[in-house]
Amino acid sequence: MESLSLLADGLATAVTPENLMWAAIGVLLGTFVGVLPGIGPAMAVALLLPVTFGLEPTQAFIMFAGIYYGGMYGGSTTSILLNTPGESASVMTALEGNKMAKKGRAAQALATAAIGSFIAGTIGTMLVVFFAPALAGVAVKIGAPSYLAIMLMAMVLVTSVLGSSRLRGFIALFIGLTIGLVGLDMNTGQPRLSFDQPLLADRLDIVVVAVGIFALGEALWVAAHLRRRPLSVIPVGRPWMGRDDWGRSWKPWLRGTALGFPFGAVPAGGAETPTFLSYVLEKRLAKKGHEFGSGAIEGVAGPEAANNASAAGTFVPLLALGLPVTATATIMLAALQGYGIQPGPQLMTEHPDLVWTLLASLLIGNTLLLVLNLPLAPLWAKLLRIPRPYLYAGILFFASLGAYTANQQPFDLFLLLVFGLLGLAMRRFGLPVLPLILGVILGPLMETKMREALAISGGDPAGLVDEPLAVVVYAVIVLLVVVPLVLARVRPRLTPTEAAADAPAPADQSDKESVR
Amino acid sequence: MTTTPTEPAGAGTVVPEVEGTPPVAPERERDLAQLGLAAALVVIGAYTVYDASTLVVGFADPVGPKAFPYVIGSVLMGLGVLLGLAALRGDVPTPEDGEDVDLSQRSDWLTVAKLVGVLVLTIATVGWLGWAISGAILFAGATWSLGSRTYVRDLLIGAVLAVGSWYGFYVGLGIPLTPGVLDGIL
Repeated sequence: MESLSLLADGLATAVTPENLMWAAIGVLLGTFVGVLPGIGPAMAVALLLPVTFGLEPTQAFIMFAGIYYGGMYGGSTTSILLNTPGESASVMTALEGNKMAKKGRAAQALATAAIGSFIAGTIGTMLVVFFAPALAGVAVKIGAPSYLAIMLMAMVLVTSVLGSSRLRGFIALFIGLTIGLVGLDMNTGQPRLSFDQPLLADRLDIVVVAVGIFALGEALWVAAHLRRRPLSVIPVGRPWMGRDDWGRSWKPWLRGTALGFPFGAVPAGGAETPTFLSYVLEKRLAKKGHEFGSGAIEGVAGPEAANNASAAGTFVPLLALGLPVTATATIMLAALQGYGIQPGPQLMTEHPDLVWTLLASLLIGNTLLLVLNLPLAPLWAKLLRIPRPYLYAGILFFASLGAYTANQQPFDLFLLLVFGLLGLAMRRFGLPVLPLILGVILGPLMETKMREALAISGGDPAGLVDEPLAVVVYAVIVLLVVVPLVLARVRPRLTPTEAAADAPAPADQSDKESVR
Repeated sequence: MTTTPTEPAGAGTVVPEVEGTPPVAPERERDLAQLGLAAALVVIGAYTVYDASTLVVGFADPVGPKAFPYVIGSVLMGLGVLLGLAALRGDVPTPEDGEDVDLSQRSDWLTVAKLVGVLVLTIATVGWLGWAISGAILFAGATWSLGSRTYVRDLLIGAVLAVGSWYGFYVGLGIPLTPGVLDGIL
């Protein structure tokens, strides 16, 4: 296979001692930051983005891959050893994982999470190796109208699938789109929403926006609601699994991978749905069904694998279409743009070395994660006891450092504060963060494609729908918006909580299946 | 989550006899603070539309720089109105939960104000004091805002972090951060 030999080239690039060192640093930093309570993978990647500024793109991406997987793994450690999950994707892991930990099986819960993540991540990355080039090969041929339609679909999906309130999702999306407008218009060079400030006309630095919304916003929000009594941390030794645990884990790992990857690969917005489905599936299939709810290892193995496979799956649209569908992927895209690399279908052909090195580093980062973190787990667990004033002061410090190093302008710190306050307000008013950051990144790209499409047709709006693919995608978007509304009308008997628990998952699933 | 016996939400206002501590969030009053957000959305949307109307459309550009902001601004205004209506009809947001977040307590905006003050101080001073000093003050000030009272230790940790990060960026990545008054010493 051509892909495999390209991957081998990528591996050859990545496996130099120096690059391995960057990968190891990335994994350690990523886990370190990811383990800290209150910091999810997206925030970990955003906070650590500035560390890669001084590096070559290749090295930066090797380090990035490590940070990415490290941050994800750190997040699951936190949710197993603490009482509450930090982010939606690890809610399901925490459900059984925390119960296991309380029964004195924290070591096994961490082990099945780590090994399951490794297996799912490896299989997922290999699937990316096969799917992404094929998809990019098709995607190069699609024109601006279809591309615009696909971006629109990703936005609608992410905004309407996630979160409890569609209205608030769309509000977040449009605030993001507005932020994306700030700065010089790329065609005519006129400043928009810049208040005659040259520093604003220069367009906002995405690092500042992301760090402000994710890191500072979160820190301020926590500061306003800091727990008086810290959560109890469950002590843990070195993770290990007995024979019985292996026997009960390997099938959930594979099933979780199979569920997670497709959800990551279609722009369906993150790992929430597949981890939920995996949990439900394992619960149905488990022989010792009664153990669910009191610490079943299958309930950790499945969702954790689904989570990582879905994270790997998001690389398919990211690399093949330049389309991010999770917060973390959005920041990765911003990092690419920071190196002057335009993401999109051409990425695979224009920067093959970079793409294949990145994919190879994902495999390496995944392996290093397992090798380094199984022995280090007790040390990471100690981090959970860090005094909260130091933790959140540290987040503030590193957020400011990150925003400041980008351009060394005090004005960027001011912007950081503004976006931090916006992030705080969003958490207060229940506005989801992901649609906003997606709007900031995809807005300008969408505008470019729209103007491209209309320039070809001479301003005739029919130019937006003169490709069959675009028409199909618009039809799907309409279905996605209308079907849930109709379902809500048809089944009014359900109480709101029941409807929230039952209705979305199956309905959305059938929608997503029809997307491809 | 376990139900800890806490005061019912909205302790400041007169709450009609709440029956014990229900496991599900009790029926809250309308969250009228959302009206402020709704108004802000309408204003931002309107300004976006106004700002777009001042732009000039080029010749060979059938769409121009106006169309996109017109759409975004108008939709934002519409969403603001919808949110306002929803808030009036009793729609309440679900605030974000997290590991260290305790939503059963009342919001502590004083701490947030202190933190914002510390950040403003950093913004004002980083240009002439430099990162090494401003960063240390930022860290120590933030720990103080968050309730730490071991001033000397906090300041020391802040200094180590700030000077360490300065050298880390300078030596490791070749990026000199602003030295400020310590120019020549660092």
